[in-house]
Amino acid sequence: MSVSRIAHVSGRAIPLRGHDIDTDRIIPARYLKAVSFEGLEAHVFADDRSDPAHAFNQLQYQGAKVLLVNRNFGCGSSREHAPQALQRWGIGAIVGEGYSEIFFGNSVQLGLPCLTVSHDDVKRLMAACEADPTSVVDVDVAGLTVRCGSIALKATMPKPAYEALTTGLWDGTGMLLDNFEQVRQLASELPYVTGSW
Amino acid sequence: MGQTLLQKVWDAHTVRRLPTGQTQLFIGLHLVHEVTSPQAFDMIKARGWRVAFPNRTFATVDHIVPTANRQRPFLDTMAEAMMSSLERNCAEHGIPLYNIGSEHQGIVHVIGPELGLTQPGMTIACGDSHTSTHGAFGAVAFGIGTSQVRDVLASQCLALEPLKVRRIEVTGRLASGVYAKDVILEIIRRLGVKGGAGYAYEYAGPAVDRMTMDERMTICNMSIEGAARVGYVNPDETTFAFLKGRAFAPQGTQFEAATKYWRSRASDPDARYDDHVVIDGDQLEPTVTWGINPGQSVGVTGTLPDPRAASKDDQAGIEEALQFMGFDAGQRIAGTRIDVAFIGSCTNSRLSDLREAARVVRGHRVAPSVKALVVPGSEGVRHAAEREGLHEIFQRAGFEWRGAGCSMCLAMNPDRLEGRQVCASSSNRNFKGRQGSPTGRTLLMSPAMVAAAAIAGEVVDVRTRLADVEVTA
Repeated sequence: MSVSRIAHVSGRAIPLRGHDIDTDRIIPARYLKAVSFEGLEAHVFADDRSDPAHAFNQLQYQGAKVLLVNRNFGCGSSREHAPQALQRWGIGAIVGEGYSEIFFGNSVQLGLPCLTVSHDDVKRLMAACEADPTSVVDVDVAGLTVRCGSIALKATMPKPAYEALTTGLWDGTGMLLDNFEQVRQLASELPYVTGSW
Repeated sequence: MGQTLLQKVWDAHTVRRLPTGQTQLFIGLHLVHEVTSPQAFDMIKARGWRVAFPNRTFATVDHIVPTANRQRPFLDTMAEAMMSSLERNCAEHGIPLYNIGSEHQGIVHVIGPELGLTQPGMTIACGDSHTSTHGAFGAVAFGIGTSQVRDVLASQCLALEPLKVRRIEVTGRLASGVYAKDVILEIIRRLGVKGGAGYAYEYAGPAVDRMTMDERMTICNMSIEGAARVGYVNPDETTFAFLKGRAFAPQGTQFEAATKYWRSRASDPDARYDDHVVIDGDQLEPTVTWGINPGQSVGVTGTLPDPRAASKDDQAGIEEALQFMGFDAGQRIAGTRIDVAFIGSCTNSRLSDLREAARVVRGHRVAPSVKALVVPGSEGVRHAAEREGLHEIFQRAGFEWRGAGCSMCLAMNPDRLEGRQVCASSSNRNFKGRQGSPTGRTLLMSPAMVAAAAIAGEVVDVRTRLADVEVTA
């Protein structure tokens, strides 16, 4: 079980505008043809980046650690390759209006915190980082605050994700395995497992 | 106060409350495929773990398999490596694998029900977002990521947060030419692509009660497109009749006993819901998507929206979609030229889908400029269709008739769009680049509508075609 606590992420930010950005766009399906997650960072937004103006093509955002997004980010396919690719590209935290549940859960399991702030707050953050791409965005996961220059925002995160990240229980298989007898017991009470209806 | 099916199934599978506040939920059936599992198997191996319940785990190959030349080794060496990886992992852990050559190879969400593995009252997980399909049987089924596949392999459990339940009642009767696909597209359009976040969707009402299992699967399948990770229909006589005699369904007197249990899982009449929505089934018409998410759809007699008339928040999304699709605001959707027609995917590749499409196709020819293909959801579906002669109807009309797999739904195999092609597709996602070409365009619709579009070379109202079929009959 991992005990690495995710309390704080700080760095330059990359603003990615648009609602409902799906995981097919984050990492097109052809790059899922692999038996490991290695090297996925090279293909992040592979198709969208045919547009030279795409944020991930901009020199000033290379090396950014915080991704700023709008609503329903990561909708669609359950592919964990999407947060894997973003994390391997260098993203350590995401701040946005909202996330798809599966993407959010996958991210937590990788120790990649996704914080939610209001529509207007994302707008302010994006504007600030576009105006000055060298701005440092400070994501205090434990304190659920996001700061950038004079901007200070309250963020939210569902409690279980918050607990998992800040206590270091985010890689949770060990937690699910430490009561295996109890799991066996429950299975032995399910008619479709035992075959006795 | 009564309980919903979700609550009953959740309670029966709760191992304990975790330190994070989540529920440790036992997963009764784990379905595995070649794309999201290799890394998960590697992770458990690296930690010295074994698969906890190999007898509750089943695998098949669907995402990357070619549907034309299925000779091994595959020409695509990476696809071949993924196949070998799954074969090795299944052999090592004693997991049954429905491989190429098996009667039951096919899309994981088609073969689970076909084999009778999917049953009411179960919890089910699979590393694929369309796992919600299995909810059609009154199971609670979750699409999961690879780290969660690892969790289920190692512990047969998931750490999850409880869901609210929204009851969606479809009243009335669907007109001829209007299908389950049109119902779910309307639900997503109405409630939005993020409307289901935090909810399980319970589909009910007279129109759903009358649906076959195939149709219920189509509806539950696309729950995730409306952001509901779980969708289900309460089990009833239709469910039990479907399951009877299937390979993994209880046999003989056990079946009656099981039926009693399954019936007890259905939501109680006085169950409390977190939300309630009514959709008037009488008013629905064949529906077609025009944009880049499944919520951007319109009735076949309708026109595309004008971003200037939309709310400020939606404006940019509509503009982006119109621009990507190369469509104009106010344009009629009927008459949109197509280049490719794809009948297949876990949404609409079952026998009844193929029968409805064949009814439209019979005696006609695919328009000369259109490439058309039918990809049955499983080898079982393919053989059943061939026994009825459906393949001949399609082939005579100029459709290609393929082996089972996910194919052009997500284009991880050789089937894909080229350039700016427009595809009339019975699949579930019209995202940018989804069908394999970064600039390719997808119009989602029912299989019968795809068949009609293939023949006309453009989007047409299938109801006019069916009227002809009915007159001839």
